[in-house]
Amino acid sequence: MELEQIIKPEPPPGLAGRLVAWWMRGVKWYGAEWYITIAGAIILLFILFITLAAPALAPYDPVVEAGPTFEPPGPTYLMGTDNLGRDVFSRVLHGSRVVLPLAFISALFALFIGLPVGLISGFAGGKTDRVLSLIMDSVYSFPGLLLAIAMVAVMGPQSQKVIKSSAAGMGIEVSGDALVVLSAAMSIAVAIAIVYVPTYFRMVRGQVLSVKEELYVEAARSLGARSWTILWQYIFPNVIPSIVVVFSLNVADAILTEAGLSFLGLGLPPPTPDWGVDLNRGKAFLPQGRWWMITFPGLMIVFVTLGFSMLGEGLNEILNPRLTEK
Amino acid sequence: MRSLRAYIITRTLLTIPMLFVLVTLVFLVLRIMPGDPVEALIRPGAPREYIEQIRHSLGLDKPIPEQYLDYLGRLLSLEIWIAPADQEVTPVAEVLLPPGEPRLAFRFAPPVFFQFLLLPEDPRLGLGIWPGRPLSRNSYLVQFPTPGTPAESLPLQVGFVDMGTSISPVRGRPVAWDIAEKFPATLELAICSIIVTMLVGVSTGAYSAHKRRSVADYTFRIYSIAIWAMPVFWLGLMLQLILGVGLNLLPVYGRIDTGLDPERITGLYLVDSLVTLNLPSFMDALKHLILPSLTLGLYLSGIFTRLTRANMLGTLQQDFIIAARARGIPERVVVYKHALKNAFIPILTMIGLQFAALLAGAVLTETTFSWPGMGSFIVERIGYRDFASIQGAVVFFAFLVASVSLMVDIIYARLDPRIRY
Repeated sequence: MELEQIIKPEPPPGLAGRLVAWWMRGVKWYGAEWYITIAGAIILLFILFITLAAPALAPYDPVVEAGPTFEPPGPTYLMGTDNLGRDVFSRVLHGSRVVLPLAFISALFALFIGLPVGLISGFAGGKTDRVLSLIMDSVYSFPGLLLAIAMVAVMGPQSQKVIKSSAAGMGIEVSGDALVVLSAAMSIAVAIAIVYVPTYFRMVRGQVLSVKEELYVEAARSLGARSWTILWQYIFPNVIPSIVVVFSLNVADAILTEAGLSFLGLGLPPPTPDWGVDLNRGKAFLPQGRWWMITFPGLMIVFVTLGFSMLGEGLNEILNPRLTEK
Repeated sequence: MRSLRAYIITRTLLTIPMLFVLVTLVFLVLRIMPGDPVEALIRPGAPREYIEQIRHSLGLDKPIPEQYLDYLGRLLSLEIWIAPADQEVTPVAEVLLPPGEPRLAFRFAPPVFFQFLLLPEDPRLGLGIWPGRPLSRNSYLVQFPTPGTPAESLPLQVGFVDMGTSISPVRGRPVAWDIAEKFPATLELAICSIIVTMLVGVSTGAYSAHKRRSVADYTFRIYSIAIWAMPVFWLGLMLQLILGVGLNLLPVYGRIDTGLDPERITGLYLVDSLVTLNLPSFMDALKHLILPSLTLGLYLSGIFTRLTRANMLGTLQQDFIIAARARGIPERVVVYKHALKNAFIPILTMIGLQFAALLAGAVLTETTFSWPGMGSFIVERIGYRDFASIQGAVVFFAFLVASVSLMVDIIYARLDPRIRY
């Protein structure tokens, strides 16, 4: 009976329950986590499609005046126009081309620092581990957004020089608007990445600590395997499922943090289409009731973060099954 | 080592290296990363000499390690300072010490966290307890000595804990003063938000667990996921739009209408207006407080819904609940009294863990509602590229987070005797 319950939940009582039961008759029940994961994946596929097809889908140029200012949503302008007469719909679509790569790059960057440091810290143990854990825990306990604010605020103007010189080193000339946008993007990505390194560190370290004592690791060691081999071939594969989960959740966090930074005025310079920046601008026109300027970019953020969170949470249940209540 | 006292001592000592790491990190972030606060502050084309002068007076021309030690010294220091009688001071803002009076002052600087409680009302004495009187809004000394003055002959140094001196052109007073002025607003918002969070989160979570698999349960579970995926400032904007602009029920911006500010006692408007029996102020402050605290409270409530639900479901399967049911105690009482009480320890821990999220959320919420607290202060200071203020505010938050997590851990250890080192 217990098993039965875990596999197929009893339908809720009442009329709604009967409707659900009718709808689900004959349907094989996989457990809520699969549905959550699939829903998240569908949302993300849809977002991916939007991101790739934005230039074809967007009816107007997102950075150029497309019509009268403050036009409410209607057939011509699906989501209305903003204070400069730009089409909000086109800006929302194009925004994903800015926000998603930024979030991905920061999450990847955090992963590439957090993963090796976590592996080494957990594996080496002793003093190294204690010092690294102390540093990471301190950063982890601190409100990440504040740290990111401080970093972006400091890096802001100076990162231009860094970009320019490194691009020149590669033989590329970067200047003008591209330089401004690129340097702002770099500061944001670096700041978010640094803030999220401890998330990966803690997860990886915890996994290593629990796997390190397993029999097969001990067996490998007694056969004379080198530390590097043990770490890479016996311990690392155990961490991969958790990395997938944390990465997915982390991208959601990164999107929210990026939006927060942009909303505070630390985002990409205008006229780049960015949801957070658009919300910041729309806020000024809220008292006049221009609801479309803030509603749609925000909905898009919710949609994207929801996709990543659902995918992450669902995968977590599937990949790291615990005896949790379903 | 298994006593509660030993645990408390160990836990408190562990806080120190953590704070040290954070302070160092913030310092490094702001100093090592490219960017010069003075240059960023001053309009292009200002005379080189002037820039050098300010940099020197702020100690920014010293090597980084020395600046770091200076900063640590300012955070936690016991100082004796002596003002020579015949020193000429060339202040930028105002003459602080009238010449001709020799004086000797001893001062103990309390740790930063308590600093907002003790502010020098009269900088000459370095005493004066806040709360009590409104803070002076006058710009406070930044003594810019004339270039070329040897360090030994400088008049007394600004010696007390100031977390750095705010260096914007209009201010130039200790960052601690700003924090003292702005923090009560944030505190008020945070307290009200926590109340909203607890009310909404615990009640929805408990109900979800009680009526498991009902429509309400599924609704609350979806709510808890969706609210966490929402940017808190967008939630605020939507509430402003619907309740503030659309229905015109509540004010959208600010903390209180102009002219209604209650006399400053604690800085918490609700408390101040109640104590002084200033009813119009109280009502107005309350009205302004509803939307921001609802925003921040709802944003954090999702996680408590999930937590309460999971814990209650676990508790409801335990023997003592079965026993209570067997004795014929009404189900309502079993769930909301016996089971809920047991779910509170993890909820308490969660408050500690979510405190950082609360502060980050407060920064965004304050900006959304033009709430004059720490968050708005930080954002405003960024505009001036006033890094001393940002550094001070961030370090203050670090102390706050550390103290709260320390407090929560101690309470937790008291409640649950199994927790010991």
